[in-house]
Formats: sequence, structure tokens, C-alpha cells
Amino acid sequence: MMSRVLRLGRFGCELFEALGRAGIFLAQSAVGLPSREGWYLWLRQMHFVGVLSLAIVLVSGLFIGMVLALQGYTILVDFGAEQALGQMVALSLLRELAPVVAALLFAGRAGSALTAEIGLMKATEQLSSMEMIGVDPLRRVVAPRLWAGFVALPLLTVGFSVVGIYGGYLVGVDWLGGFAGSYWGNMQASVEFVADVGNGMVKSLVFALVVTWIAVFQGYDLVPTSEGISRATTRTVVYSSLAVLGLDFVLTAVMFGGLA
Amino acid sequence: MSDTPFVAVEGLHFARGDKDIFRGVDLAIPRGGITAIMGPSGSGKTTLLKLVGGQLTPDAGRVLFDGRDVHRQSRKALFAMRRRMGMLFQSGALFSDLDVFENVAFPLRVHTDLPGAMVRDLVLMKLEAVGLRGARDMLPAELSGGMARRVALARAIALDPELILYDEPFVGQDPISMGVLVQLIKRLNQALGLTSVIVSHDIKETLTIADYVYVIADGQVMAHGTPQGLDVDRDPRVSQFVHGEPDGPVPFHYPAVDYFTDILSSGGGR
Amino acid sequence: MKRSKTMELGVGLFMLAGILGLVFLGLRVSGLTLEAPGETFRLEANFANIGGLKPRARVTMAGVTVGRVAAIDLDTDWYDARVVLELDADLEDQLPRDTTAAILTAGLLGEQYVGLSVGGDPETLADGDSLRDTQSAIVLEELIQQFVSNMVSD
Repeated sequence: MMSRVLRLGRFGCELFEALGRAGIFLAQSAVGLPSREGWYLWLRQMHFVGVLSLAIVLVSGLFIGMVLALQGYTILVDFGAEQALGQMVALSLLRELAPVVAALLFAGRAGSALTAEIGLMKATEQLSSMEMIGVDPLRRVVAPRLWAGFVALPLLTVGFSVVGIYGGYLVGVDWLGGFAGSYWGNMQASVEFVADVGNGMVKSLVFALVVTWIAVFQGYDLVPTSEGISRATTRTVVYSSLAVLGLDFVLTAVMFGGLA
Repeated sequence: MSDTPFVAVEGLHFARGDKDIFRGVDLAIPRGGITAIMGPSGSGKTTLLKLVGGQLTPDAGRVLFDGRDVHRQSRKALFAMRRRMGMLFQSGALFSDLDVFENVAFPLRVHTDLPGAMVRDLVLMKLEAVGLRGARDMLPAELSGGMARRVALARAIALDPELILYDEPFVGQDPISMGVLVQLIKRLNQALGLTSVIVSHDIKETLTIADYVYVIADGQVMAHGTPQGLDVDRDPRVSQFVHGEPDGPVPFHYPAVDYFTDILSSGGGR
Repeated sequence: MKRSKTMELGVGLFMLAGILGLVFLGLRVSGLTLEAPGETFRLEANFANIGGLKPRARVTMAGVTVGRVAAIDLDTDWYDARVVLELDADLEDQLPRDTTAAILTAGLLGEQYVGLSVGGDPETLADGDSLRDTQSAIVLEELIQQFVSNMVSD
């Protein structure tokens, strides 16, 4: 019994120590972007995490929008409310699906790659040698990646929403023969820019920070062996997904659930 | 050679987890020479270099670089101090996303505001010194191990440091590139007036160029002296290491229960 | 550091596309308009029951959108709902004084909006005037109740 309490205590201490380390890590990294060189490093990471994730995010968005419209249409048509299709597709995408699914895809596509890349740099002593040259790897390697992820994911989320809404239009209007005017009209009447688009963006910014933070921290903090890298990559995807889904509930409760 | 050592390690203690790596190490590294630090695998030689470079902090004791305590500097002062040191990592540690030229130019670009033409001249000079001026457009992945280490050496001397730390420079090299590296280290040390610290367990090569040798084992300095002095040292542990005898005070067998008892106990499993 | 034009272009296009996407979400999906405020005028209308009418709901005339609901609050003098309508400035001093406002529903379950229909009064409505003649939202329960009581009395 005693030993279990002890083990729980040790686990708690380790957890808080890790959180503390991650917090200090974030604080030290976040400040590093002012120089022109830094700006260019950020641009390169934007290309890596943003532009190269675009294809998977847009294709997923298109299909999710199409499926939403197809499923929604068959249900709404029972109530004679198929004109509310646009509203349903747009609200589900903007408030919920676009921020969450884009963040999950981002964690799988870009987050795991960031972890592996930084981990490999650690394993091959590139981070150490950078330190010995007198360059802080937190500012040189981690900061541009952190900021690029923070900017790229919200943009990807916007793309996801736009393509998804268009996918819903393709299925609901072009294929199933709904009325285009009511698709857009109902949508415009029910979507509030600040409450729906804005809150979706806030969600996305929070997810972007959390996913990128987890990814770079796991890369920076891993055991520099090939096994360590593979474990850290897995951890990035698992932790990011759990964090995104858990935070999504909290944020939804605060934003749309009437809490606070 | 001045009387005060350029790098002094005093009473260094360092533990990783429950395992003591250093239990009171004292080193004095004079300015301008090649000092070798030798010891069996796992004796923490790389850790020692990281302590000297300020990447790790000792549990007790201190490291003085040119009279100043490395671990009592502000982050900024430490980074400034590191500009006076170069370190050659075991793997070379070239930045894999930059080509050879950019790797060597990296320290110049981040620490100086030199115009592009001058950076180019300096980089080509350093590459010429290691004989790889022709490989400037290659990526680190395309280089052989020996070439990567020479490029890393060119990068380490790019800012004309006063001290170079070599971490296992000869490991995994074929005889030719090993010979090239030995000559290179010796020549650079003479030509640039550097202070070199070589951490290695390649006895033959290291002893040919070292001016002074420390042998580390069990977390302490076991012996030190000139290569000639160590060669005739009577301490059985030193002589085993220096002459590479398979069995001696450092046993061939990892500690285990008696062989026969182990074989005869058939308690299942392993 | 070597610079790659295609990469810079790619990131530029990516960010531009993101911003355009946000504009699309604002204009096409949320129905925001770029028209500057000040091109509108306000009318007030009191309704006994607004049903599910929301701020920013459409105001139409003969099916054409001519404005939006700006605000809804409770009028404590009469204990009914005061709805502020924001209409296109073109209609200022054009609508007859006996114009009526009704809360209508698009389809059976669609969103509710305000429909205006003109009367024949020569005098016109100016900014800040009130609409006297209003028709409340149809509440389904009341409708059913009426229907049932009619059946019983028959």
C-alpha cells in the first residue's frame, strides 16, 4: 500500500517536472525570431509544415464536407428541412470539424516529422555542435518551427473549412439537386462571423500551439537513439491527438456551451 | 608555454543517475600543446568534453577556461566563451540541411557581419586546409565518414578558436583517412598555434601526436605523463591499456557468478 | 543561406490563400458585407412575440433583402419585444407610414426573418420612426391550440 502511494507520488513529481521543463522550453524558444535570418528560417519551416501539409488537409476537407452533406441531406429530408443543409455543413465545419480534424492531420503529417527531424539532429550531435559554435539551438532550430506551426495550422484550418463547405455544395446542390440559394442563404443567416468563424480560429490557434509545442519538445527531449526517436514520434501523435480532443471539449464548453 | 594552464579541471565530480562518472578529476591543459585524454570505452571521455564546453554542469568541482569558471558564466558570456572553442564531434555533426560550404560558413555568418566575398574567401581557405575545397557543393549525406570529419574540422576552425576539443577523431576510420586526420591535427596545431585536447582510445595514433597524456579510468585520473613516460609505466593497469592487452587488471569477463555453477544450475529460463 | 524562389513563392501563395479563405468565410459564409455603415437608416417595430427571431436576421420586402435586424430588446412599457431594423438608405423617406412588418419563417423549419409590406399612406417613414402595424411570429403550439379548440366548438 505504502509503496503504491510512493509510486504515485513519484509519478506526480515526474509529471510536474516534465511539465515544468516543457514550460521553460516553450518560454525560451518563443522569444527567438527577431533577425532577418530568423525570418528566413521561419519561412522555410512554413514551407515544410504548411505548404507541404496543404494537399492532405484540403483533400480531407473536401471529403468531409461531401460526407457531411450526404449524411445531413438524408436526415434533413425526413423533416422536410433540406434547405438547412448549408447551415448544418458550415456550422459543423467551422465550429468543430475543421479545427479538430485539421489539427489531428497536422499532428500526423507535420508534428511527427518535426519530432523526428529535431530528434535526428540531437542524435547526430547537430544540436550539441550548434551549441558549441555558440548558437542557441532553441532559437535557431526550435523557435522557427514553433512559430511556423502556430501560423500554419490556422491557415490550413481556413482552407479545410472553405473546401469542406464547397464539397457540401457539390453534393447537396450539384448532385442531390438542392437549391443553391437556400444553401448559401441559410448559411449566411445562421453563421456569425465572430461567434462561429472567430471561435473556430481561436480553437485552431490553441491547437496549433499545443501540437507544435508537443512535437518540438518531444524531439528536443528524447533519448538520442533510433528507438528513442521512434518512441518520441509515436508519443507526439498520441499526446497531440489526446490534447486536441480534450482541449476541444473544454473550449467548446466555454465557447458554445454557455459556461463562463 | 605559460605556467597557468589554459584549461584547468579541478576536483570534478559528475554523476548520471545513480552512476558516478567522475569522482574527483584534476587536469591541467597547457596552452599551445596537444593533450590527449585516454581511457577505456565508457569511462566518460565525451562527458568530460561536454563539461569543459559548458554543456553539462558538474556536481562538484570546477572547470577554468583561461582563468574563468565555465559554469559560473551567464548564458550570454558562456556563448561568447564558446566562440573561442571549437569542438569536433565524433560523428562530425554537420548540419544535414546545409551543404559543405554553408556548414563551414555557418559560424562566420552567425557571429560576424563579414561581406559575402570575404566569407567565401575564408571558407575556401579553411576547406583548402583540410583538402576539401573541391567538395564544397556536396551535402553531408554524400560525404564519407573521414571527409565529414574533415569538413567538421574546417567548421571548428572557421572562427580561429584558441582551443579545439576532439571527440574520438579516429574512430571508425580506414588507415588512410586516419593518417590524414593525424597529420591534419598535428599540422593545424602547429600552424594556428592552437591548444588541442584529444579524447580517444586509439592509443597508437594518439600517442604519436600528443605532447601530454592523461589516462582516465573508474572516474579518476589513473596516470599522466608524456607518451614516452607512459610507455614504460610499471602500473599494470596503465600498461594493460597502453599496450592493449586483452586481460589484466581490467578483466575480460563482465562480473558474473562462477561459470560451472551457472552452467549446472538448470532452473529453467535463462 | 541559399534562398529558393519557388519556396518563397509557395509560402507566399499559401498565406495569401489562407487570408482569401478567411475573407470567403466572412463574406460568403457569414454574410458580412463590405458596405460602409452609414448607408442605412433605422426603424423600430414592436412585436407581441418574436418567436425565434435573432439579431442579424434578414429584413425583406417582396422577397428581396433590404436590411437586417440590428437589435432586439424588451420594451418594459408594454412588455413586448422592440426590434430595431436597419434598412438600406435608398428606402429612407420612401416607405409609406402604414407599412406593416411581419415575422415570417423560411420553410417549415428554416430561419425566421422580418417581411415588410407597403401600405398606401402618402406620408413616409424617416430614420427612428416606428412601425405601428406588426404581425407576430407564428408559434406552432398556439396554432395547434387554436385548431383544436375550433374542432371542439364545431
